[in-house]
Amino acid sequence: MTQAPVHSRPAPATAERIVGKPIDRVDGRAKTTGAARYSAEYPYPDIAHAALVHATVSRGRIAGIDAAAASAVPGVLAVITHLNAPAMKPPPPVSMMNLSSLASGTTVNYLNTDEVHWDGQPVAVVVAETLEAAQRAASLVEVTYETLPATFDFAAEEKNAKPQKSDLVQSGGATKGDAEAALAAAPVSVDLRFTTPPHNHNALEPHATTAAWDGDRVTVYDGAQNMYWVRDNLALKFGIPAANVRVISPYVGGAFGGKTMVWAGTILTVLAARVTARPVRLMLTREGVYRTVGGRTPSTQRVALGAEADGRLTALVHTSVTRLGRVGGGPEQVTSQSRHLYDAENILVQQNLVKLDLLPNTVMRAPGESIGTFALESAIDELAGELGMDPIALRMRNEPERNPIDGKRFAHRMLREAYARGAERFGWSERTPEPGSMRDGRWLVGMGVASAYHPSWQFAANVTVRLSADGTVVVRCGFHEMGMGGATAQAQIAADALGVPFEAVRVEYGDTALPTGPGAGGSGQTASIAASLVSACDKLKRSVLALARRSGDSPLRGQRMTGVEARDGGLYRTGRPGLGETYAAILTRAGRDSVEARVGSDTRVGAIAGQVRFMSKLMLDRRRWVKAASGAQFCEVRVDPDTGEVRVSRWVGVFDVGTVINAKTTAGQLRGGIVMGVGMALSEETLVDPRNGRIMNPSLAEYHVPVHADIPSIDVSWLDEPDPTMPLGLIGVGEVSITGAAAAIANAVHHATGRRVRDLPITLDRLL
Amino acid sequence: MKAFSYVSATDVAAALRAISTEPNAKFLGGGTNLVDLMREEIEQPDTIIDITRLPLSGIEELPGGGVRIGAMVRNSHLAAHRLIRTRYPMLSQAVLTGASAQLRNMATVGGNLLQRTRCLYFYDGAAACNKREPGRGCDAIGGFTRNHAILGASEACVATHPSDMCVALAALDATVVAESVRGVRRIPMTEFHVLPGETPDIETTLAADELVTAVELPDLPVAATSAYRKVRDRASYAFALVSVAAALETSGGAVSAVRLALGGVAAKPWRAYQAEQVLLGAPATDETFERAADAELAPAVAQSQNAFKIELARRAIVATLRRLLTEGSAA
Ligand SMILES: Cc1cc2nc3c(=O)[nH]c(=O)nc-3n(C[C@H](O)[C@H](O)[C@H](O)COP(=O)(O)OP(=O)(O)OC[C@H]3O[C@@H](n4cnc5c(N)ncnc54)[C@H](O)[C@@H]3O)c2cc1C
Ligand code: SF4
Repeated sequence: MTQAPVHSRPAPATAERIVGKPIDRVDGRAKTTGAARYSAEYPYPDIAHAALVHATVSRGRIAGIDAAAASAVPGVLAVITHLNAPAMKPPPPVSMMNLSSLASGTTVNYLNTDEVHWDGQPVAVVVAETLEAAQRAASLVEVTYETLPATFDFAAEEKNAKPQKSDLVQSGGATKGDAEAALAAAPVSVDLRFTTPPHNHNALEPHATTAAWDGDRVTVYDGAQNMYWVRDNLALKFGIPAANVRVISPYVGGAFGGKTMVWAGTILTVLAARVTARPVRLMLTREGVYRTVGGRTPSTQRVALGAEADGRLTALVHTSVTRLGRVGGGPEQVTSQSRHLYDAENILVQQNLVKLDLLPNTVMRAPGESIGTFALESAIDELAGELGMDPIALRMRNEPERNPIDGKRFAHRMLREAYARGAERFGWSERTPEPGSMRDGRWLVGMGVASAYHPSWQFAANVTVRLSADGTVVVRCGFHEMGMGGATAQAQIAADALGVPFEAVRVEYGDTALPTGPGAGGSGQTASIAASLVSACDKLKRSVLALARRSGDSPLRGQRMTGVEARDGGLYRTGRPGLGETYAAILTRAGRDSVEARVGSDTRVGAIAGQVRFMSKLMLDRRRWVKAASGAQFCEVRVDPDTGEVRVSRWVGVFDVGTVINAKTTAGQLRGGIVMGVGMALSEETLVDPRNGRIMNPSLAEYHVPVHADIPSIDVSWLDEPDPTMPLGLIGVGEVSITGAAAAIANAVHHATGRRVRDLPITLDRLL
Repeated sequence: MKAFSYVSATDVAAALRAISTEPNAKFLGGGTNLVDLMREEIEQPDTIIDITRLPLSGIEELPGGGVRIGAMVRNSHLAAHRLIRTRYPMLSQAVLTGASAQLRNMATVGGNLLQRTRCLYFYDGAAACNKREPGRGCDAIGGFTRNHAILGASEACVATHPSDMCVALAALDATVVAESVRGVRRIPMTEFHVLPGETPDIETTLAADELVTAVELPDLPVAATSAYRKVRDRASYAFALVSVAAALETSGGAVSAVRLALGGVAAKPWRAYQAEQVLLGAPATDETFERAADAELAPAVAQSQNAFKIELARRAIVATLRRLLTEGSAA
């Protein structure tokens, strides 16, 4: 396909649907040519550069700071520490009516306290004329500490975990029947313990912020997954109205959850700009990202399954321990999928938490289900082995009609179809069940499957759509583009809704000056905007029709919306080809340059009303339905019998993600999740030294994400059946494909070698 | 990074003069290791002497049948050179398993010889490290030691030398040619790097003012049947957990010539003399290969997290020799 020019004239009219097509991303050219500007690339003639100084103890108080040598470095403008930093407000208390209160990555009031809560916490910011001077000076700041007793060894502290309390949105545990008793009575059972290590996101673009004050207004360029959270958080911290903060974030170089919360770097850049009265840029080093931006919690999990000899599940137990920081972090929904995937008679799920003196955890691609499916789907495979059953057959035997834990209805459920299609594409029937029975030359070959599962989410989104007399359309919504193709997808939706060519639509996003968009999280952004965009387009068409129907000259005179459809760049009477008018004709006749429609209000009152409306709809929806994306993951691995090296050689993933808006970007999202799943399975691990809580591999050389050579060609496909309860029937594709991936690999490794690895990552030493 | 001054040398004499007169100076090759370490402030030279313009970028045959490799030859050029690929395949393979294509395009032979350990605690200024600060202690011991030594370590330091190229050079009995204002010196590759002992800050026998000008490979027919096997935590772009450079020749079913060296196991590329002794003249069988590996690894000592490397090294040795026997030099 060739790149569609964004600003070209409307192409010849066409009634063909654009949603679903594999259209190139509208920002692809800017990104591949380097024209796209990221947060660290905004030029100001008088820009100053910042660098952070990190604590090197896990808990304590700063006893002294000697900034003399740092201040003496030529070009240094300021060394800001808790001794001289202006006061900022602490983060707000968490409230579900103000989701931005969830935004603080930690509760620490940076540089307003002498307390240290984790190894890596920023304890000073150096601002200088050049990046080199700032970094050099940062290394010369001498900090001494009074250390306090601290706990940071997850493996040792796990036993002190406490049950997670349930709240409005998340439930820490649930039961149906008596799962432990059923487990004890089951003729066939497994009772297994799994561990997963901490992970970091490792987006290609490290977190970066450029901030410039103008009086008591500040403009902030910040790679963010939720600019509005950044805006509100900064407004609160600096005691200015939210309207005085503008956050601009059109390009984000990957995020995976790491740019959802507001972390120290963003706040301290704005602080540094205020202190020095200069525009300031802070681009975290890779190490800086590891030390100041949370990652995925480690986990230990127990999965116990009891079954009848025919495979019918009588008991399902899934419990987990994950960690929080003492100063923030959230529970991971590790047992989420275990409430929905299998029709077990008795179920017990419970998540437990332990607080440690470490950088708080944060969300990372499919928080909960990514590591939760590893344990559950490995255990199902083990049970299939105990039963002597095919692992797909075991899953199908226990495929539920209604949500197992509470009997709610599924909005949409197509796992059977996904497995059937996947088994055929993959060639599952060629698998010989006996572990170690397949070979290719000297390689041991194994095949594994696992289910993918990720709940679907929808958030509030304000949108405006403007149609101009020249037939072009501008969609405005402050959403986030981290590489998923958001602008392209929304342009496709608008083009179909208004019956205009894709090229006629321009989408503006990535700026808090725009109507308030949703955060990019929970794979919910596309669906959230789509809902509002479609109603905005409906409103717009009604306004245009109102112009036409009043005109005696119009073939649409007296028509109602029910008898009219949008196509060929205008409105036409349904089933009466040729009877209608282009938008251009209607607007020109009415003497209008443009017509605009809006959904949602950005006034203070409007925003609160919108939030209440949205939360109550969400609650209602969740009481009624269980909504999720799901899929079947198939993989083939090769294991070197001499060295235990594992190579993934083939992958087939079939997903139920509802309506697919763009076949190309969807495939990219699904493949990307699988690649990340391969990393999780085989190589990724953040090394936290259990002796002092310090991260020891904060670099891409030593934290092993998969490289090209680790990734085979990946066959992804989808069932393309709309979810009737979601906008346009779309479910969201950003996270589902990392789920199940690690289990599919672990299951394939077991099939190849007879070795069951229950501790990630599956490094070669576990197979020797 | 600490501020430094930069000079560029265009001939060897000028480079040698500069290094002997400038205090606290360092040569700059491709910079792929030195500049990283300067950013981390682990290296803090006051002067950088850029030697990439020196006329030391040739690979040529020596009269006696060996090959001379200039110290400025880029890693990718070395790996691709016909003489290296045909006469010393293990060297070509070893270089190609190192780093990434971009890094190999920059990295020089001289710089590769002198690259420093990848010990996580060496790289972390907040950790105690005897190599960085003699006498301060070693935080690696009892910590993350997956990449650490199983042979030749000391109580002061358990780090490994990370180079792949050097493992092949050790197996091939290469010679490092070094020059200073005092004259030219030839150092056998196996004596170029040293074990840590009490002084892990001393890593090689090269003097601070000596410039590596070349590496010479002897005429070594057995090297034509040789291979490099690197075992690591992902398929590419990771340092060796264990690597094996091996050359093998058999006659009448017995080993008639052999060269063997290990990487990722010690502070120097580990020439496996014990194993070679067992192999030479013995029947070329798995049983012999296993005995040879056991002999070499008998003194191996594990750190807290790397006991698996002893077994891994054993298996990698046997597998590499077996493959050489059955498939020749195919990588
Ligand atoms: C991410 C990453 C991954 C890597 N992976 C691998 C790997 O898997 N395997 C592997 O083997 N290597 C690997 N490397 C290391 C790489 O091979 C070395 O960085 C490279 O070989 C160094 O060569 P250079 O020319 O860039 O040296 P420089 O960085 O320029 O110099 C290194 C040292 O050598 C000294 N020096 C350079 N030339 C001379 C000379 N002629 N005489 C005297 N002293 C000299 C310098 O003063 C300096 O102390 C990796 C590096 C990176 C950054
Ligand atoms: S092993 Fe050696 S390099 Fe690593 S910390 Fe110890 S002394 Fe330093």
